Amino acid sequence: MSCDLWREWLDVYVDESCTAEEIAAIEDHLRTCPPCTAATLARLQLKRLTRAAAAGRYGPSPEFRLRPEFFALLKKGVSEDGNLDRKPLWKLRWVQAVASAVVALLIVLVSISAWMRHSARDQALAELLDLHVATTASANPVDVLSSDRHTVKPWFQGKLPFAFNLPEPGNSSFKLLGGRLIYFGHAPGAQLLYDERKHQFSVFVLQENPGSTPPATGVTTSRQKGFSVEAWSEAGLRYVIMSDSSSSDVHDLGDLMRTASHQ
Amino acid sequence: MYTDDAVPDYSSATGSFEQLAMPLFASLYNFAFWLAQDQAAAEDLVQETYMKALKGFSSFEQGSNFRAWIYRILRNTFMTSQAGLKASTFISLDAGDEGAPAPEVTPRTAETPESLLLAHLERQKIQQVLEQLPVAHREVILLCDMEEMSYHEIGLALGIPIGTVMSRVSRARRAMRKLLAASNEGAAQ
Repeated sequence: MSCDLWREWLDVYVDESCTAEEIAAIEDHLRTCPPCTAATLARLQLKRLTRAAAAGRYGPSPEFRLRPEFFALLKKGVSEDGNLDRKPLWKLRWVQAVASAVVALLIVLVSISAWMRHSARDQALAELLDLHVATTASANPVDVLSSDRHTVKPWFQGKLPFAFNLPEPGNSSFKLLGGRLIYFGHAPGAQLLYDERKHQFSVFVLQENPGSTPPATGVTTSRQKGFSVEAWSEAGLRYVIMSDSSSSDVHDLGDLMRTASHQ
Repeated sequence: MYTDDAVPDYSSATGSFEQLAMPLFASLYNFAFWLAQDQAAAEDLVQETYMKALKGFSSFEQGSNFRAWIYRILRNTFMTSQAGLKASTFISLDAGDEGAPAPEVTPRTAETPESLLLAHLERQKIQQVLEQLPVAHREVILLCDMEEMSYHEIGLALGIPIGTVMSRVSRARRAMRKLLAASNEGAAQ
């Protein structure tokens, strides 16, 4: 590149507006080119002298003051059109503080609500678990003792304000032992007892009631004190299955119940 | 009087109007005088700049460059004033080369009483040259050399792209060198 082209870059160089690569290239050239080096020094000197000559050269007269209207407006803190000066509303500290407090309150309320729902669900499951344990420990665990679903289901007629279907035994390994009437959350419900490889399963059929039954959406499975639990809702009824057997066995019985309820 | 004490960092400024604008009073007045070349006009320019800036402060984006923002207000106010309109009719922004390349100013290497005297004389000469420059060249030199703004900041203050700043600075310096050379030749004769 010729010196004429390098000269184009010297102003950018003395104004420190070059990239690192450009600085390196210019300095490489300056090391080998005395005329360009002298031109750079001349530019630096002119820049320095210009600053010395121009900075602080002029000052206002001693009487000069900004107009009172300016200070009145400054004191008022608002522009003439009435808009808030300086910052948009959301940038004002008090707005930020109130917004933070509202957000914190909402978080607390949502947390309390979630905790209460969780707590109610745990309490309901604990009560059903007590019923299951009491039933399996009882010498007379059921009110209607029969493996025939056409005997057990009619037994609940007139005792429950709802009806439900029981699964066909078919090739299933689950054996119906019978059923009993329970009261849960001040409402009548059905408890069916099944057996599979000496494990007993309670199937609770309850009226859907958010205040007293374990609320959940879809089919939920969990473990409660070593017991497998599966729960779901369908057609206004709440189904909960509990057993000391595996979760997969509980789920299989759940599938049978869900199939029966669609029939 | 307002001073430049406790000047905030203007490249990403946050704060109240007073905190940001008042430390710039002396610099803005000096720049206004360099543009208007008249005390009364410079004072009017500063009055109007501060009033406009305060009224428009809600539109200033906190965290952006306040100095470039208020210099732009002052410069636009000047360009739309009678003096500014008159000045702008005599210049051709970013026109072609102003004739043959000007000779370089000879650098001095050491400060002696003689060199200081020469520097003083040279300072007067530079002030005269600055006054002779067209406004478009004078303002870019003042922002670059006097206010030590970066090309980016000058672009913000003048509302022009950085490439235009680069070429305008180069042309303005060339014009200065030419005027200085002419001044030196006149003194030698």
